[in-house]
Amino acid sequence: MGLNEFWFLLIAVLWIGYFFLEGFDFGVGILTKVLARNETERRVLINTIGPVWDGNEVWLITAGGATFAAFPEWYATLFSGFYLPLLLILVALILRGVAFEYRAKRDEERWKRGWEQAIFWGSLVPAFLWGVAFANITRGVKIDANKEYVGNLLDLLNPYALLGGVVTTVLFTFHGAVFVALKTNGDIRARANALAGKIGLATAVLAAVFLIWTQAQHGNGRTLVALIVAVVALAAALAMNRIGREGWAFALSGVTVIAAVAMLFLSLFPNVMPSSLDSAWNLTIHNASSTPYTLKIMTWVAGFMTPIVLCYQAWTYWVFRKRISTKSIPTKPAFGAAAADLVGK
Amino acid sequence: MDLAVETLDVARWQFGITTVYHFLFVPLTMGLSILVACLQTAWVRTGKEHYLRATKFWGKLFLINFALGLVTGIVQEFQFGMNWSDYSRFVGDIFGAPLAIEALVAFFLESTFLGLWIFGWERLPKKIHLATIWAAAIGTILSAYFILAANSWMQHPVGYKINPETGRAELTDFVAVLTNNTAIAAFLHILPAAFLVAGGFLIGISCWHLRKRNEVAVFRPSLRLGLWVSVLAGVGLALTGDMQGKLMYEQQPMKMASAEALWETSKPAPFSIFSYGDVNKGHNKVAIEVPGALSFLAKNDLNAELPGINDLQEQSVVKFGPGDYRPNIFVTYWSFRLMIGVGMVTAGIGLVGLWLTRRKRDLPSNPWVYRIGLWTIAFPFAANSFGWIFTEMGRQPWLVFGVLKTEAGVSPSVSTGEVLTSLIVFTLLYGALAVVELGLIRRYVKAGPEPIKPPVSKDPDDPSGDGEDTDRPLAFAY
Repeated sequence: MGLNEFWFLLIAVLWIGYFFLEGFDFGVGILTKVLARNETERRVLINTIGPVWDGNEVWLITAGGATFAAFPEWYATLFSGFYLPLLLILVALILRGVAFEYRAKRDEERWKRGWEQAIFWGSLVPAFLWGVAFANITRGVKIDANKEYVGNLLDLLNPYALLGGVVTTVLFTFHGAVFVALKTNGDIRARANALAGKIGLATAVLAAVFLIWTQAQHGNGRTLVALIVAVVALAAALAMNRIGREGWAFALSGVTVIAAVAMLFLSLFPNVMPSSLDSAWNLTIHNASSTPYTLKIMTWVAGFMTPIVLCYQAWTYWVFRKRISTKSIPTKPAFGAAAADLVGK
Repeated sequence: MDLAVETLDVARWQFGITTVYHFLFVPLTMGLSILVACLQTAWVRTGKEHYLRATKFWGKLFLINFALGLVTGIVQEFQFGMNWSDYSRFVGDIFGAPLAIEALVAFFLESTFLGLWIFGWERLPKKIHLATIWAAAIGTILSAYFILAANSWMQHPVGYKINPETGRAELTDFVAVLTNNTAIAAFLHILPAAFLVAGGFLIGISCWHLRKRNEVAVFRPSLRLGLWVSVLAGVGLALTGDMQGKLMYEQQPMKMASAEALWETSKPAPFSIFSYGDVNKGHNKVAIEVPGALSFLAKNDLNAELPGINDLQEQSVVKFGPGDYRPNIFVTYWSFRLMIGVGMVTAGIGLVGLWLTRRKRDLPSNPWVYRIGLWTIAFPFAANSFGWIFTEMGRQPWLVFGVLKTEAGVSPSVSTGEVLTSLIVFTLLYGALAVVELGLIRRYVKAGPEPIKPPVSKDPDDPSGDGEDTDRPLAFAY
């Protein structure tokens, strides 16, 4: 395996890691409006990801930075080409991140309901748009001989890509529901489990259509393996969810995310961004890449740092491994007098 | 062609707004993370309750601020590809590496350990919990280094060659990029700049409370800490700013001359305190100057000759071809002075404050002392913004100095309408978030430090316990 192939693999791993981790984050964010019935339950959901969502989001920043470093032409074409969807994703991620941090800082209805909207939409919009974006990359977009995107916004909103967006949305919601069942106790755990069963079925149908469509139009032998893994894992996740084996269900919904995203990357290889106008204009792991020297340096850095990062992130999940329930949510606002507006009283 | 120029202008405005906005939160995050870590260390070592209360009080303000620094940082990374795709293609081989390393080395450290710190009270053993805030603080400092290495390569490109086939810059020596003397000087300048922001923040908020004699046990030490930090940061800024000035004279003489609105080559060159110039005519109408001071700043020699803007412009035309190689002199001249002036005023306030609070039991009674103290919060923020405006505007018309012009970096596939949309969206969003953030900070400042509650768990040094004790209330929850 050459350096270019290795970096294609590494960037795929970073995106897969991002979708695995922030996938359930997004799912939990969406479920705050679907599963939670009251303020305390919403707080239970938010606190299942409270200590970890920020570290999960760094996977996106790393994937972006690594794409810039290893395949600058890919980074440039993708980010300037998908301009408005990325703008929406940025706005959503800004509001969502601030919402987690600020929601509990004032104990007022209007304030909290407002930030809860931000958590919901800030999770739903990127969950959908990332699916649209990656489906479009797989399908190929209008790239000219100068490696520039020459299509418009409507070109990105084709049926295949929209279905891709729907699939990531339901898949992440399923992944999130399974995560909530694993991380909570009491009534909400049982309801998360039941809801995961329903969303999982819908996901299975939609994902099967999307992945078979992908296999038919952009597939090869490798993608077929990934497709089978994804489908089997999703079925197994549903079965495990049904018998209440929550750890297994979460691991398997994770494998589904991994296999589905891997399938898209496998169908791309050795392209990174195929052109729908002329295959001679495809961005590939060779014509979009940095020099071997840069790739070599980045290989050393990534090889050294990635295991360390994985170790301490895993440790965080270990520290916060306990289930939480409505009883473990403190009745008082997290930030005391200032949040409760006792100032000057 | 007209449209391309417009896209360029809008993209530049967007870069300016998002960067200056982002950099309001970053220096406070850097400085305050270290100071909060110091306060918590003091608590762990001495067990004194007021240190713990101070840690929690400043820690909350730190987190309110951190949230915005974090989310606006994502925009910083994305906008190179979105608005500056030709720049990204040109420099990706060099510029992408420090960005990726910043994420891998610094952002993961910062975010993961901050999550542990926020939720880890009473759950982690005391010393490990202390280590998490230090890890996060180190992450913020490391991130500054890598992003400055990237920016410094634009100011003073090193360790690269231009590939004649592709026309792109290619990395030849990564160590040279990381040890670029411009980067080292900038890093050494940014560190005290961040501490000046944190110092001013401590001074202002402590003054607000001390004026009413609130919580003197918490705020008097906080005030003294802020005053010391500001004075030491002021000294650090002067020394490292001098280093940067000398490098700038060698590497970007046009920026140095325009910082001073020095139109004609002079020997010795004066330091201008005030001037009113006319860019088109290439001279100043009014000027108040300190003779020889600029020569000294640039070369440690009161009599050194310094090239003026007009001569440098002619030299640039010979070297790079026809064109206007002068930055916006009005902007560079005033941002440079205001950066120095406002920064030094802060350090001066620190010095006066240390004198006024030198006696242990005594606090000044004059209300103006506290008013000025409160205003001090704003000065270092302004100084930081002026500093970045100076260093980025002073590099113009270059995007990468001497290599790539700014107009050549903008995304060709993005329409003016798209960039304008994002400029408007970000500006409105950033404005609204600034109002919300200031409101929250004000609220939490007013509420003051909380009393210490008895710990929720029975044994804070073995809180992990076992089993699924999910009914015990969390020590902290969103």
